[in-house]
Amino acid sequence: MGSDRDLAVEVGGLTKRYDGLTAVDGVSFSIATGEVFGLLGPNGAGKTTTINILTGLARPDSGAIHIGGVDCTSNPKAAQHLTGVVPDDSNLYPELTGFENLTFCAALYGMRKAERHAQARELLERFGLAEAAGRKFAGYSKGMKRKLTIAAGIIHRPSILFLDEPTTGIDVASARQIRQLIADLHRSGTTILLTTHYIEEAERLCERIAFIVFGRIVRNDTVVDLMQPVQDRHVILLSMCDGGPSLCEELAAAFDQLDFQALPGGQVRVESTEPIRVGPLVRFLEDRGVEVSEARKLRPSLEEVFVQVTGLEAEAMRKEKEKAGGGR
Amino acid sequence: MTRWIAFWSIVAKDMRTYYLKPPNISWGLIFPVAWTGMFFIRSGAGMESVLSLLPGVVAVSILFGTTSMLAVTITFEKSNRSFDRLLLAPISLELLMLAKTSGAILFGVANAFVPIILAAFLTDLSQVRWAAVFPAFGLIAVASTFLGLFIAVSVSQVFEAQTFSNFFRFPMIFLCGLFFPIAQLPVFLRPLSYALPLTYGVDILHGSVHNGNVLPPLLDFSLLAAFCIGLFVLSLYNIRRKWIL
Repeated sequence: MGSDRDLAVEVGGLTKRYDGLTAVDGVSFSIATGEVFGLLGPNGAGKTTTINILTGLARPDSGAIHIGGVDCTSNPKAAQHLTGVVPDDSNLYPELTGFENLTFCAALYGMRKAERHAQARELLERFGLAEAAGRKFAGYSKGMKRKLTIAAGIIHRPSILFLDEPTTGIDVASARQIRQLIADLHRSGTTILLTTHYIEEAERLCERIAFIVFGRIVRNDTVVDLMQPVQDRHVILLSMCDGGPSLCEELAAAFDQLDFQALPGGQVRVESTEPIRVGPLVRFLEDRGVEVSEARKLRPSLEEVFVQVTGLEAEAMRKEKEKAGGGR
Repeated sequence: MTRWIAFWSIVAKDMRTYYLKPPNISWGLIFPVAWTGMFFIRSGAGMESVLSLLPGVVAVSILFGTTSMLAVTITFEKSNRSFDRLLLAPISLELLMLAKTSGAILFGVANAFVPIILAAFLTDLSQVRWAAVFPAFGLIAVASTFLGLFIAVSVSQVFEAQTFSNFFRFPMIFLCGLFFPIAQLPVFLRPLSYALPLTYGVDILHGSVHNGNVLPPLLDFSLLAAFCIGLFVLSLYNIRRKWIL
């Protein structure tokens, strides 16, 4: 695998086993300079292990890694000056204040005192943490900790940023602020590798996404291309007071150009490649004494592609994460 | 320059957050004072015994001061994952670990001066060869600190670090010739004494304080330096093997 000037990160055949379990299984991908690339998958899919290998916190069993054109396969230190890392855990120093944590992290990258102080103040202001700058990190809320951890990851202005689950387990307002920051960093030309289990977050932020399941990348494409199969589909969600599989069969018999799927909670999903006219459907149901409480047009989403490609239910994936301590 | 900014920042942070905290300063003073009081005043041999006890008390103060602090601080940072921040920094593992251990080395050297200052009030220290004593302080502190590092890398919890430290420290008190000559030990234990770094540091101190050394000072210094290098290399190997999985 050769390095390319336009590629910020190039990974080939990355494999990692722990105690006989293959955590990362022949993972290959590349990230163009300035691109936001997402690794999307459930817990235990190998996202964090992949980031740990790329950042030098874990050693691959096989594979090749080039970061910023530098071969880091055997020497992960070689490109650490180019990268910033925001781990999935907010792991700053509990006994230091917010300001001290940021200036310390800046010093680790060799920034001089005046520069690191100015940069720390600017980031604290930008993240809305200026008032908490003198408080110890241990006393920060979860959202504040997350924001400071991200600030620590970018204080040395890295050209390549690894973000591991940046919005997991924090409040909605903080999550929005972090997504905005990622978008700003992207606009400023930073290359970003983002791991997340939030499909909508990946869809919103990433230009290209790889679905990773059981350590393997099962699909890697631009968001536009990933969405193509569902882009031309029209979907309506009908909510009814009663109904069931038999109702779906009746609907399918009456509207043969439409696909029907019974969902829990008295809902029916209607799909077609042509625009769906809701009136005839509602009238058909009401003639049979079924009251339709809502008919909603669904925007085609990456979630559908993810479910199709991986066979995993997105909702189950989210719940699993929330059970593990995340949730928003 | 970039690397040295990182190095000094790590040393300064550790000094501020761990070693210069009031409880640690008081512990750093009380501990050597307790050893000094116990051996100098209660030995029953009179003030003339101070010089023969001084090397042992100094060595014990350094050993406990360095190993206690380093084994705990590194294990603590590893368990809360803040140590990963350091591993992500663009500095070599060698420089990083030298920075992490420098605070403990300085703390150990500072501890060594407590018995010396107390001894100065109790006896005449004019015949002490300070030119050998000060380098010995440094090397004993380095060897003890690297022993603490070896312990820190071998365990995963803070309480394990304390327990494992004692596994090394307490046997060293009577095996390394601190308070009585190694020649008085049973024959089968003597090879063990010479396998421990503190033996050579204490021998330098015995020679410099009351001409009580067994081995030539140059050999003591060389072997102590070799232990320092060996423990550091072994710790780095273990960090790469156990922490960078």
